[in-house]
Amino acid sequence: MIEEQSHYITPDGRKIGGVMMEMKNITLRFGGVTAIKDISFDIRQGEIRAIIGPNGAGKSSMLNIISGFYRPQEGEVWFKGERRGPMKPYEVARLGIARTFQNIALFDGMSVLDNIMTGRLNSMKAGFLSQALWWGAAEREEIAHREKVEKIIDFLEIQNIRKTPVGRLPYGLKKRVELARALAAEPQLLLLDEPMAGMNVEEKEDMSRFILDVNDEFGTTIALIEHDMGVVMDLSDRVVVMDYGKKIGDGTPDEVRNNQEVIDAYLGVAHD
Amino acid sequence: MDQLIFAAEVFLNGLMTGVMYALVALGFVLIYKASGVFNYAQGVLALFAALTLVGIQQGQIPFAHMINATFGTNLHHFGWTVPAIIAILLTAGVMVLLAWLIERLILRHLIGQEPIILFMATIGLAWFLEGLGDVMWGADIKTLDVGLPQGISETVESVTDSIFGYGFFIDRLDIWAAVIASLLVAALVAFAQYTKQGRAMRAVADDHQAALSVGISLRFIWVMVWSIAGFVALVAGIMWGTKSGVQFSLSLIALKALPVLMLGGFTSIPGAIVGGLIIGVGEKLFEFGIGPLVGGATENWFAYVLALLFLVFRPQGLFGERIIERV
Repeated sequence: MIEEQSHYITPDGRKIGGVMMEMKNITLRFGGVTAIKDISFDIRQGEIRAIIGPNGAGKSSMLNIISGFYRPQEGEVWFKGERRGPMKPYEVARLGIARTFQNIALFDGMSVLDNIMTGRLNSMKAGFLSQALWWGAAEREEIAHREKVEKIIDFLEIQNIRKTPVGRLPYGLKKRVELARALAAEPQLLLLDEPMAGMNVEEKEDMSRFILDVNDEFGTTIALIEHDMGVVMDLSDRVVVMDYGKKIGDGTPDEVRNNQEVIDAYLGVAHD
Repeated sequence: MDQLIFAAEVFLNGLMTGVMYALVALGFVLIYKASGVFNYAQGVLALFAALTLVGIQQGQIPFAHMINATFGTNLHHFGWTVPAIIAILLTAGVMVLLAWLIERLILRHLIGQEPIILFMATIGLAWFLEGLGDVMWGADIKTLDVGLPQGISETVESVTDSIFGYGFFIDRLDIWAAVIASLLVAALVAFAQYTKQGRAMRAVADDHQAALSVGISLRFIWVMVWSIAGFVALVAGIMWGTKSGVQFSLSLIALKALPVLMLGGFTSIPGAIVGGLIIGVGEKLFEFGIGPLVGGATENWFAYVLALLFLVFRPQGLFGERIIERV
């Protein structure tokens, strides 16, 4: 079992480090509805961790807890060996956790470039006076940030839409811009909420390749939610399976695939 | 020829009036850009700023009437006057405090609500501030003098006299208003386009959730934007207050800002300026050219009719964001 080891080697030879994020006995309720019931799992340094499950299993809620949009009633969230108190989403973002949204939350009125630049807001240091006057440190800083952003633009192959207002882009590209904005923050942990929802096969393949490349090239730890079992099994190192707010499986894709409870949840069981 | 020269003078005066309209419209644009809310209270903010400025400058005791009525005292003034520049700085401080209170007491509780709800809240705020201004500083008309030059500009008069043989009448206050407004706009545009706070502001206007997810604190941005809007209101209040005295009808200049915004677009800072100038010049020239034919007083409605035409043919205004919708 992987849980006890300080690190492990994936089948393709990548070395996965120690625990980066740990969720302990998380319970989340909305009024009388329990969306998540006593779930614990961890995310390790450098791995691609997937959370899967049928509709309404509580996957997005779990991601929203990690990114600070929801606050669980019970349980503890540990990040890099420290217990995280109740935090606002923007504070979580400043910790180095970036995310994308299931139904895309971009700044529609702004250009692709400006959208991605917002990802760097928290690493800008120059005072606003010198920025407004475009003077001294601000100029150097803006250029440095632009270089980083351009690198990400190249990486995600969206050079030709740099100046286009995001509102005009087709769905698949919007998803890619959102990923770019999240990457611009140079996050330690990247949360992807259904990065491939609504995409065609080709777009899915592109997105899978980008996710793998991000992990490989920047060493970013990635936690993603996905419906598409095939994609998840190919991409991820370890998988958490949720159903009706409970964890019913956790392990490598192969382990999960052979787990009877998981098979039942996905294929349904015949009740006598 | 005489008519033409006279029309030129009317045109110039129109430009100057337009600048004054634009000053008010600017405050609306700022808040609309950052929160998608039409701030009904912007005119009252200008009034409140002007009242506070006069009050501080003349050493008035705030809430004097209320204190007198309650305790039977007879308080009016502290007995000192404050230099204009210090009074302006103190008033700016009051406006920041007000912005903080507005965020704390109103906006914070309305995160994620429909814009119409926030709009209603600003209507409430407008009435509250108007009442507060009354109770704090009294309802009498006050003169405001922060040392801005007033009266006919002799330079303009003599220069135009030597060129056209006819001296133009331009108020020096209007010239100053134009200079100050230009500086203000340049500063605001630089702020919105080039600073990280400005970029964060545009981001917040676009999508709250997305803004949070890239690490922007909504509360900070709102306090900042309302502070800036308060500051712009202060500048507008100083200009209008110096021109026509600080009186409660000052809050009605907000109504003149509406057509300006429809012309220029609710989201564009340069649009507020151009819109203001078009309305200012348009209503003066219209009154000059067509007014006599229809019995005058066209200035009261010209701006609104123009705005109406714009609503029909270009609803986003001259500089507003294109309305993009993918179907």
